[in-house]
Amino acid sequence: MLRVGSVCEAGKSRLNKTGDWRTLRPQVTDKCNGCGICELFCPDSCIVLENKKAVIDYDYCKGCGICANECPKQAIEMEEERN
Amino acid sequence: MASQERINLLAPGHRACPGCGAAVALRQILRPLGRNTIAVSATGCVETFTSPYDQSSWEVPWMHSLFENSGAVASGVRAALDVQGEKDVNLVVISGDGGTFDIGMGALSGMLERKDNVTYICYDNEAYMNTGVQRSGSTPHAAATTTTPSGKKSYGKIEYKKDVPGIVWAHDAEYVATASIAYPQDLMRKVKKANEIYGPKYIQVHTPCCIGWGFDASKTIQVGKLAVETGLVPIYEMEKGQPVKVKKAAEKKPIEEYLKVQSRFKHLFKEQERDEVIKELQAICNANIEHFGI
Repeated sequence: MLRVGSVCEAGKSRLNKTGDWRTLRPQVTDKCNGCGICELFCPDSCIVLENKKAVIDYDYCKGCGICANECPKQAIEMEEERN
Repeated sequence: MASQERINLLAPGHRACPGCGAAVALRQILRPLGRNTIAVSATGCVETFTSPYDQSSWEVPWMHSLFENSGAVASGVRAALDVQGEKDVNLVVISGDGGTFDIGMGALSGMLERKDNVTYICYDNEAYMNTGVQRSGSTPHAAATTTTPSGKKSYGKIEYKKDVPGIVWAHDAEYVATASIAYPQDLMRKVKKANEIYGPKYIQVHTPCCIGWGFDASKTIQVGKLAVETGLVPIYEMEKGQPVKVKKAAEKKPIEEYLKVQSRFKHLFKEQERDEVIKELQAICNANIEHFGI
């Protein structure tokens, strides 16, 4: 059988919270219909669909803005990061 | 789209630049392959950002090879799997354009010639981005890189992009295709199709790089689409030496639209005499449109 993690645990990069790289913060608004296009284009694997809405994991989102740019409904807004 | 299982095999927390096209490509490549997969990567951006010491982003078994031998390492992995009797394991090589077009060409050629059952995927970001944007065999004509700088006497890279899908096809590979991260359904379909064929397969994925090409991180997908719509990057599959299933663009955009959004081409718009270079690039697009029927 295949064994994952013979040298290093799989997916261990989750220890590295890349959220603090962010200068712009994407916010999902009510216009989101859960089509999942943003999830497909997110380079940081930090969007999941829950109850037909995109939910962003701010622990890892680097704030690139691809999701806001590609959203066909313009349902994601980029705001200045203040945290 | 909604019915597709949204399996994610690239863990967050990797160190790719914000807006990285290669990271998007990785997620889209791994999704149709699933967990029963072994990946081999040559040195390059993907290797660097997914595997700093002790922190792998891969959720599948993954092996790092040298720059030049990812094809040979994959052949070895397949041979080992055959000896163990593991028949149903997907084996994929994910290498950059440097490790495919230039340094790894020999090992890739060997892998194709031996007809090893490997899916070789090249993510093509058109330069050595990991080491600081040096030109590669994949860099398009007239693009400025750190080793082909633009200036009064230079308009960037003099040479033209190498036709690696054509070279691979000349090895009589089982499946050859090009794709772009801007068309994820197309890319995932091609990866799935390639994975189901026995023998050597090659897919070249166009992945815009916001740092190396000089555009805003949010425009990665947009630039990828422009590259296809202008005809500079044809998306097709090969059958009997002929391109088939070509991605059509209803409205062909002029090459300027693609060039002016990237700072690697900005020198072409500063000096008058560079109009000739733009015309030459437009001629390349027109030739592609005619040859591939875009």
